[in-house]
Amino acid sequence: MSDAILKINDLKVNYGGIEAVKGISFDVPKGEIITLIGANGAGKSSTLRAIAGLVKPASGSIVFNGEDITAKDPTAIVTKGITLVPEGRKIFPDLTVLENLRIGAYLRNDDLTDDLNWVYDLFPRLKERSWQAGGTLSGGEQQMLAVGRALMSRPKVIMMDEPSLGLAPIIVRGIFDIIKEINKQGVTVLLIEQNANMALKTADLGYVMETGRITMSGSGAELLSDEQVKKAYLGA
Amino acid sequence: MMNKTMQKERVLRTPDEIAKRQGMWLTIVALVALYVLLFALDNFLKPSKFTLMLIPVLKKGAIYSLLCVSMNLLNGFTGLFSLGQAGFMLIGAYAYSIFSIPVAQHASVYQYFDGGAIQFSIPEALGGVLGVNAGSFFGAIICIIIAGLAAAVFAALIGIPVLRLKSDYLAIATLGFAEIIRAFFQWDSLGAITNGSNLLRKYTAFNDMNIQIGAKVLKFGTIFPFLIVMISILIIVLLINSSYGRAFKAIRDDEVAAEAMGINLFKHKMLSFVISSFFAGVGGALLAMFQTTVQASAFMSAMTYEILLIVVIGGIGSVSGSCIAAFLYIACSEWWLRFLDSGSVAGIQVPFFRDGFRKVVFSVVIMIIVLFFSQGIMGNKELSFAGLIRKIKAKKAAKAVKATAGGAAK
Repeated sequence: MSDAILKINDLKVNYGGIEAVKGISFDVPKGEIITLIGANGAGKSSTLRAIAGLVKPASGSIVFNGEDITAKDPTAIVTKGITLVPEGRKIFPDLTVLENLRIGAYLRNDDLTDDLNWVYDLFPRLKERSWQAGGTLSGGEQQMLAVGRALMSRPKVIMMDEPSLGLAPIIVRGIFDIIKEINKQGVTVLLIEQNANMALKTADLGYVMETGRITMSGSGAELLSDEQVKKAYLGA
Repeated sequence: MMNKTMQKERVLRTPDEIAKRQGMWLTIVALVALYVLLFALDNFLKPSKFTLMLIPVLKKGAIYSLLCVSMNLLNGFTGLFSLGQAGFMLIGAYAYSIFSIPVAQHASVYQYFDGGAIQFSIPEALGGVLGVNAGSFFGAIICIIIAGLAAAVFAALIGIPVLRLKSDYLAIATLGFAEIIRAFFQWDSLGAITNGSNLLRKYTAFNDMNIQIGAKVLKFGTIFPFLIVMISILIIVLLINSSYGRAFKAIRDDEVAAEAMGINLFKHKMLSFVISSFFAGVGGALLAMFQTTVQASAFMSAMTYEILLIVVIGGIGSVSGSCIAAFLYIACSEWWLRFLDSGSVAGIQVPFFRDGFRKVVFSVVIMIIVLFFSQGIMGNKELSFAGLIRKIKAKKAAKAVKATAGGAAK
């Protein structure tokens, strides 16, 4: 795949002697939705954290748009156009919704009006709550805020760590609709999920991770119909 | 084009912004009025027992406001639990005093150290050019800035190792730093500069700025601390409301998320630490001016705890809370609760009232506040004219809605 915006090569991540990611390689094609699925502790979050620069990989390389970004600090990586929507939303509870969004664009110095309007169009609910403290929002609204906040940095690649975590099914569906919408507007999405069913239905391309390794890959539809995936992740 | 500017209006010109602007003007008017009142009270009213207590208490309250706000910037807004305040105040107080002692007084101040090593005085040097009063005024300002910078430089140096620590460990490390500084400034080998464990005195104080016109002395010196404190707090408030301030609050709320948004944690923590220390240094200099003598041994960790206590009482994360609490605290400890130490109330002898009883009562009051107002007086809200205007408008709007609803029902 020559048009890969993000290439991960033999990436290894250790946490104090424990190998969380044991040498994985995968490509993220530009303009698509890619998902990593897998059980707890498979190393999905560690992979995202390494790409975002929050942990330094033990070895391997991460190439973004032809440029090596391995072990760069998060500031540089966000500036280049990769943002992470952290697991468990992690919005800033004491800041207002608007302030949360402004923090998302912290590294930018240009006019934010268009982007604010873009995010408010995607999430009209956030506009209504603009002056409310982030902590007073419901779980679903907080997830919207976390996604909106990440979009404010005008990313080329947005990485989402379990956006469906702890949300009601109807709200999860809304979030996935938004993910598709964002993707349609040209942002590449790298999604990790335990909700494999939703993730694979949404994604163009999926990878299955098990104990720090990628064990399977294919289009979303392929993986959905795969017997092994069905048994392990779809509860069929 | 038209549409775009209109959209901009919609995002930025909220009623909130309008209330903010109105509030700002009201604040300026109120402050000017307070200055005029204070000046009149101090200069044109016959000194009474009341004013003799009121004015020093207000001065000290103002200085403590700054000290508390600077600590709040770090502890309340950036979420860094630091206990180095007394150390930075000490550096500020000493830096200020050392550079403003008149040359002629060096021999008597540094009597055990052959007149000291530094043989110039900034207010005096300026006084030679601008006249004595103006020299004291501008010289004091320059010395205060030096005091702040000295504290900031120390903060930057110890910040490099210390800011990598988290929560309690940071508190322990900064507390240790403050204690080391206190010992360091009393060290005999530095006596030519710090005067060892002896007092520094005779440096420029508030009274040196009073101007004599004929037989009348106009006490401009009284205004001075309020002016410096106001400007300093204004700078801190502007910082808190800037994008840097937002980043500080983001770090306080969630470090991991802040980092994921690309905020450089170390850089921003350092910035907050250095700026907070700068103003702790300024506050220390003002405290030195207020006391007219300064001694390193007085800057004990108890001073830091006192300031921390005021910050907690006022509300962690509230500038106005810190200021209100500072004035209340100083007024109580220096004035309103003094009668508890005097042994009698209105001429009646009370058995428990003796030296130190004030502190017992004071502790009980503080315990009550901490128990029943666990968020402090203000929580993390701010008391401002803008907020008041917003509230009044909201009430009016609610009333209007009620009225139309009532009309419809009829």
